[in-house]
Amino acid sequence: MPFDRQTCLVFAAALVFSAWPSGLVAGENPAKVDFARDIRPLLSDKCFACHGPDAKQRKADLRLDTREGAVADLDGYSAVVPGKPSESELVARITADDEDDRMPPPDSGKHLDDRQKELLRQWIAQGAEYDLHWAYKPVTRPEPPSVNNGSFVRNDIDRFVLATLRSKGHEPAGEGDRRTLIRRLSFDLTGLPPTWEQVQAFATDRSPRAVEKLVDRLLASPHYGERMAVFWLDLVRYADTMGYHSDNVQTKPLYREYVINAFNDNLAFDQFTREQLAGDLMPGATRRQRIASGYNRLNMTTREGGSQPKEYIAIYLGDRVRNVSGVWMATTLGCTECHDHKFDPFTSRDFYSLGAYFADLEETPVGPQKYKPLPTAAQQAEVDELKKQLPTLEAVLNTQTPALDAALAKWEAAQVMWTVLEPSAAAAANGTGLAIRDDRSILASGELPDVDTYTVTLKGAPAGTRAFRIEALPDDSLPKKGPGRAGNGNFVITEVIVKAGDQIVPLQNATASFEQTLANQNNPYKKWSAASAIDGDAKGASFGWAVLPKVGAAQRLVFEAAGEFNVEGELTFILKQTHGTQHTLGRFKIFATAHAGTVSADSAAPPKKIGDILAIPLAKRSDGQKKTLATHHRAFAPELAATRKELAGLKERVKRLEKAFPTSLISVRLAKPRTVRILPRGNWQDDSGPEVQPTVPARLNLANLEGRASRSDLADWVVSKENPLTARVMVNRLWALCFGRGLATPLDDFGAQGTPPTHPGLLDWLAADFMDHGWDIKRTMKLLVTSGAYRQSSTTDAETMAADPLNMWLARQGRWRLDAEMVRDNALAVSGLLAKSIGGASVKPYQPAGYWKHLNFPKRKWSHDSGTSQYRRGLYTFWCRTFLHPSMLAFDAPTREGCTAERTRSNIPQQALVLLNDPTYVEAARVFAELILRNGGDTDAKRLAWAFERALSRGASAAERDILLRLARERTEHFAANAGAAKAAATAGEWPVTTALKPEHVAAWTAVSRAILNLYETTSRF
Amino acid sequence: MNTEQFLTRLNRRSFLNNVSLGVGSLALTSMLGPHGLAKPAKRLSFGVINPLHFAPRAKRVIHLCMAGGPSHLETLDYKPKLAEMDGKPMPRSITDGQPIAQLQGKKELKCLGPQHEFKEFGQSGQSISSALPHIGGIADEICIIRSMITQQINHDPAHTFMNTGALVAGRPSMGSWITYGLGSEGSDLPGFVVLTSVGGAQDQPIASRQWHSGFLPSRYQGVHFHSTGDPVLYISNPKGVDAKGQGAVIDAVNSINRLRNKTVADPEIDTRISQYEMAFRMQASVPELIDTSSEPQHVFDLYGAKPGDGSFASNCLLARRLAERGTRFIQLYHRGWDHHGGVKNGVLTTAKHVDKASAALIRDLKDRGMLDDTLVIWGGEFGRTPMAQGSGRDHHMKGFSFWLAGGGIRGGISHGNTDDLGYHSVEDVVTVHDFHATMLHLLGVDHEKFTFKFQGLDFRLSGVEEAHVLSNLIA
Repeated sequence: MPFDRQTCLVFAAALVFSAWPSGLVAGENPAKVDFARDIRPLLSDKCFACHGPDAKQRKADLRLDTREGAVADLDGYSAVVPGKPSESELVARITADDEDDRMPPPDSGKHLDDRQKELLRQWIAQGAEYDLHWAYKPVTRPEPPSVNNGSFVRNDIDRFVLATLRSKGHEPAGEGDRRTLIRRLSFDLTGLPPTWEQVQAFATDRSPRAVEKLVDRLLASPHYGERMAVFWLDLVRYADTMGYHSDNVQTKPLYREYVINAFNDNLAFDQFTREQLAGDLMPGATRRQRIASGYNRLNMTTREGGSQPKEYIAIYLGDRVRNVSGVWMATTLGCTECHDHKFDPFTSRDFYSLGAYFADLEETPVGPQKYKPLPTAAQQAEVDELKKQLPTLEAVLNTQTPALDAALAKWEAAQVMWTVLEPSAAAAANGTGLAIRDDRSILASGELPDVDTYTVTLKGAPAGTRAFRIEALPDDSLPKKGPGRAGNGNFVITEVIVKAGDQIVPLQNATASFEQTLANQNNPYKKWSAASAIDGDAKGASFGWAVLPKVGAAQRLVFEAAGEFNVEGELTFILKQTHGTQHTLGRFKIFATAHAGTVSADSAAPPKKIGDILAIPLAKRSDGQKKTLATHHRAFAPELAATRKELAGLKERVKRLEKAFPTSLISVRLAKPRTVRILPRGNWQDDSGPEVQPTVPARLNLANLEGRASRSDLADWVVSKENPLTARVMVNRLWALCFGRGLATPLDDFGAQGTPPTHPGLLDWLAADFMDHGWDIKRTMKLLVTSGAYRQSSTTDAETMAADPLNMWLARQGRWRLDAEMVRDNALAVSGLLAKSIGGASVKPYQPAGYWKHLNFPKRKWSHDSGTSQYRRGLYTFWCRTFLHPSMLAFDAPTREGCTAERTRSNIPQQALVLLNDPTYVEAARVFAELILRNGGDTDAKRLAWAFERALSRGASAAERDILLRLARERTEHFAANAGAAKAAATAGEWPVTTALKPEHVAAWTAVSRAILNLYETTSRF
Repeated sequence: MNTEQFLTRLNRRSFLNNVSLGVGSLALTSMLGPHGLAKPAKRLSFGVINPLHFAPRAKRVIHLCMAGGPSHLETLDYKPKLAEMDGKPMPRSITDGQPIAQLQGKKELKCLGPQHEFKEFGQSGQSISSALPHIGGIADEICIIRSMITQQINHDPAHTFMNTGALVAGRPSMGSWITYGLGSEGSDLPGFVVLTSVGGAQDQPIASRQWHSGFLPSRYQGVHFHSTGDPVLYISNPKGVDAKGQGAVIDAVNSINRLRNKTVADPEIDTRISQYEMAFRMQASVPELIDTSSEPQHVFDLYGAKPGDGSFASNCLLARRLAERGTRFIQLYHRGWDHHGGVKNGVLTTAKHVDKASAALIRDLKDRGMLDDTLVIWGGEFGRTPMAQGSGRDHHMKGFSFWLAGGGIRGGISHGNTDDLGYHSVEDVVTVHDFHATMLHLLGVDHEKFTFKFQGLDFRLSGVEEAHVLSNLIA
C-alpha cells in the first residue's frame, strides 16, 4: 500500500519528542521516574548552564548536578525538598506565571513543556533520588531477558532486542533474503561487494551454519582489516598532510598499515590501545609498537612563518586531549580548554592534566616534523649483515705489515720536498700593485689593468733545484675569493719565463692540479692547459693556464727545468698574463725542489705534519712519529686499494639501504617533559595558571599512581576493566557499523548532553562480554552480525516505519548509502579494475586539474598514479586535509582535522556529478561494458542479465530490463551514427582498451553500465 | 542522530519531495529547452529559520575577502601621528606583552608612517587612501569600520576564525550557517558559492575548510567555482556524451530508482532522484552563469573585466550574476594582500586588481536595484602592524578595518577608531562575533537563537561569549 511519507515523518517526529525518553509511557516500571533516563538529561539541557558543574558561571549559588546542591538550604528554602514538590522552590519556579520568576528564564531560549514539568514534579515526589550518569556507572553484565521466539533469537543479543521491541509493541521484521544478506555482510565486514559466484553459493547453501560460514570467511578476509581501518582512521584523524596553512605532505602509511594488520590479526583492543598511546614506552618496544605510537603524532601541525611555538605547543596539547577523550571516552573534554564543563563533571584542570601525559613527546612546534627510520626485520638484518663485514676490512686497513713498511719506504723515497722561495722584489708592468706577504706569498691589489706581466725575483732555491711550482692561492680580498682577479675569480697565465741571472732556464713537462675546459672553442689545446703556459706562446699569446670553474681554492702549476742552471744567485720569474679582461693572478707562492725523479702537479706536498716527520732522518723518528707516518701512508697505499674500495662500497650500500628504510612519525620521549599549566580561558600567553602533572580526570580517577605518570599509565587506565567508558564506547561503535546507528547516540558524546542508550542492558552486556573475552573485536563483530536482529530485513511496513523512523527499537535492519571509500571500491570491484593488495603508500586517483591551485609554499600539482596504483581502494587515497579529493568529499569523507566518530550521510547533487562524470566512474563503466560484451552472451537481453547479476547480485525485473534495453538500443543507434563520439566514449580512462570490440557497442554499453553504477541500490547497503 | 539533525533531514526531505512533485516525474530529456538548457525550476527551498526572527534588511551576502591581511594603514585608516613617528621607535608601552608574528625577537620595533596619501571622498568626506580611488568614489555608499579586532595572528587560523567564529578547525563557515538558516533562492545553482583570484603579493594558501559545512549537513558546503577547467567540479559530461545522452542515462537511473522505491519505500531514494535532476539542471545552469557573452561591453568596462580571465574583476561580475540568480552567500577571495615587504607598492599593485571592480560591483548592484537587499562586505582576516618589517608590515590582530555596503547598512559613515598609531582598536571595538551577529541581524536572524546542537552543545556562529549587533550601522 502506498503511503504518504511526509505525513509519516512529521508524525514520527512528534512521536519522538512526546513518547521518548519518558518513563511515564512505556517500560518495565511505568510509574517510576528514572533519574538517569528522564531527569538528568532534562536538568543538563535546561539548567546546568547556570546551575551545573562550572562554578564560575553558577547563579544564585545553586547547583543542581549534585543532590547536596539541590537540597541545600538557601536561606530558609530549598530548590528541592525530597518527597514534597509543593515545598520545592524548583517546582514553584518552573511553573511560575511571572516571567521574572520563571525558570528557565524566558530570554535563555530554554523552555520546559508541561510533560517535562510533570516529570520533574513526580521525581521530587518520589524522593528526588540522584543517580550516577549512566555512562559513569560500572559496567555490569546483566542477565539477558528470557523471551519466546525460537526463529528470531540467534544469540543473547536478540533476547535484549526482542524484549525491548515487544515492550514497545513491535515485532521484528522477517529475515532478509540471502542475496540481501550476503551483500550486507560483505559490505559491513569487508567494504566490498560479493561476486556473483559467492552470491549463488550462499543462496543455495542449505546448511544451518551457512551464515556462520560466510561470516567466518569474511572475517578472515584481508579486506576486513581495510574496512575496519576506515572507521578507525576517521577517529584518530589519519591524513597525509600537515593540515595548517601550506599543508605540506606529512604521510604516515606505516601507521595505516599497522591499523589494517591489527584488525586483520585481531589484536586485542586493550593491546591495540596501549600500543597506540604508549607503544614506544613498552619494554623492548617492537617495530610494530613504535609505529603504533605514531597515533600521538597524527595531529595537525603548522609551518606557517610567524607562528609562535608556544601557541602551537598549546594547540597540539588541546588537539590530543580532544582526540584521546573522543576516541576512547566519547567525552567532549574540548569544552574544558577554556572553562569547567557545563554539563559533565570535568574541569579545566582535567583538560590540562590529561594533556600533560603528552608533554613528553618530541615534536617541532613550528616546522617540519622529524621522521624516524623504521626498517623491517629483514631490512635491518641485511644492513646488520653488511655492517658485520666492516670491522674485518677496517682491521686490514689499520694493520701495518712488513710489506707495507717496504711500500712506505718506497713512497718516502719518491716524496717531493718543496721549498718556498723567498721573494725579494715583485713588480708589475701595467700598474697592478704587488705586495710581498709574511708567508712569502704575493698579493695583487689596487689598479686592475686588463693585461699585465708580473716580474718577481726570488732567492733560497735548494742546491740542485730542477723543478718549480706556482701555487695560485685564494684570498678573501679577491672576487669569488680568487685566485684570479677577474670577476669570476679566474686568471690566465699565458707564459712563464724563468731566468737564472741573465740566463733563461728552458722549461718542460708542465702539469697542473686542474686545467679549465670551459670556453675552449677557440683554444688550440682544447683546454686552458699547463703546457700552453710554457710553450713560448707558440700557439698564440692569449692562451694559457686557467681554472674556471674551480675558483675559490688553491691551484698549482708544476714544471721542470730542461737543463742545468746556476741557483747560487736570485731567480727571476716573469709571469705573462696577456689574455685580457683582467684575467690576472691575485695571490700566489713559488716553490722549488731538487727531487731527482719526475715531478708533476700530482706530486703534492704532504700535509705539514707529515712533511715535518719526513724531514727527520729515519733513525731519529719516535715510535709515535713512525706510527703517524704509517697511518698516513696506509690511507692511500696502492697495496690496500682493493680493500679500501671494498670498504667504501660496503659503506655506500649500507648508506643506500638505510636511506631506503621506511620512515614514520612516531612517539619519542623527551628526557625532560614540557611544563604544562592550566591556561586561563585557554590563553596561551597567560602563565598565571598553576602547573599540573599528568592525571586522568578526577571524576574517573581509579588509581593513585606514585611519581610522574606516563602515557603507559594513561593507556592502562583507558583499558582498565574498571573504566566505565572504553568498552561501552567501542562496542557502541561496532554496533553502529552493523546497524547504522549506535545504541547510545551520538557516538561521540556519552556525557549528559548525549542520549542515554536505547538498550542499556544490551550495551552493558556487550561491553562486559567484550572485556570478559579479552577485548576480542572479531568475536564481538561475529556476535553482532550473526544475531537475529542483524539478519532482519531492512524493509518494513509503513506503520512500523512511521512509529520508529530512526529505527531505535530495531524492528528492522538499518539501510544506508555506502561510505565514500566503498562507493569507489564497489565501482572498481564490479568493473574488475580493483587492485587488491593490502597496505603501502598513499595513491593518487584521477583528480580535476587545478584542484590544488590554492596550495602554496610550495605550489604543487596532483599527478595521478598510473597502472594498478590508479585502482586501489579508497582508503589508500592521498588524504590532503585542506583539499581532500573532491569525490571523497562529496560522499562525506571527513577532512580528518579532528576526531570523527560518525560521518554524516548526505544526499547532494555533487554526488550525482561524481558518479556520472568523475573519470574514475566513467572508466569503470567503460571497462565493465567491455566485460559485459565479452562475457555476457550474444544477445542484449543475456548481456543485461549478466551485468545486473554482477553489479546488484540479482536478476533484473522485466520493467528494469525494458528501461535498460531501450537505453542500449537507442545509444547503439546514436553511436553507430556518431563514430567520433563512440570512439571517445569507448576509450575513457587509462586502462587498456579491448580492441576486438566495436566502439559503438562499447560506447552504448558504457551508457548502460553508467546507469547501473549510478543506481541508488548499487551504492547502498540494504 | 540527534533531534536537530533529524529535523534538518525532515526539512530537506519535504523540500525535495516538493521538487519531485514539480518536475520529478518528467523525463529530463523533455526538460531541455530550445538551446539545450534545462528549464528553470521554481524556487522551492526553505531554510530552517521559518519564519525569520524579524524582517530582513538583506537577502544575500557578497563577501569580498581580501586574503593575506590588507594594511588598514594604507587603505582605510589614516594615522597622521604615525607619519610623524616614521622611523622612530615604537613605544614599548604599546607593544610589550602583545603577540607578534614574524617580528618576534626583533630588538627594536620602529614605526613606519603611512605609505599613501589619504583623501576625503564624496559628500560624506570619508577618509580613504589615494590607492583606492574607485572605492573612494562610492564613499557615500559604504560604512567603514576602523575598530575590528580578531583573535588569531596567522593566516590560516585567522581565516578560520573569521569564517566560523571558532578557533578550532572543523566548525561550519558563515556561508554554510546562512544557507542552512535561510535556504537558497535559486534551485539550479548552489546557495553558497566561492570564487578565488590572485595578484599583488605572494598567493595566500586558502584551505577548503574555509567554506566547509562542519557539523552542518554537507549540502550547505560552499561550492568552489574554478576559473580554469570545469567551473564546478565534474560538471562536464564524459567525453563522447552529449546532453541528450547524459539525459538518457539519468532518465534510466531515475526510472529504475523509482521502481526500486516502490518495493522499499526509502525517502533517501526520493532525495537521490531529485538530486540527479538538480545535477542535470546544474550542468546547464552553471555554463549559462559562467558565459558572460550576453553582458554588454559597458558592463565589462565598468568592472575592468575580460571574459574568462579569472580575475577578481571577472569574479565580481560573476558575483552579481550569482546574486541575480538567487545564490544566498557569495564569497570572493583575492589572495594577494600579504605585504611583509614593500607595502607601498604592494598595496598599490593589489589595489589595481580589486579597487575598480569592488566599486563597480556596488554601482552595478545599485543600478539594478539590488544593493538595498545585498550586503557587501570588504575586508581581510586581520590588519598589519604600524611597525615596519623592512619596507613592509607584519600581521596584526588588534586593530584593522572593514567596509560594508548595502543590505540595510548606512552609507557614508564610519564606526570606531584605533589609537593614534593604528595599533589598538580603542573606540567602539568590533569583534568578529559582533560582525557575525550584525550580519545575521541584517538577514533577519537573531544570532542568539540560531543554534545547532552538536556534541551536546548548542553551537552558534557568534560564539559563546556576548556578541553585539552594531545597530548604529543600520539605516
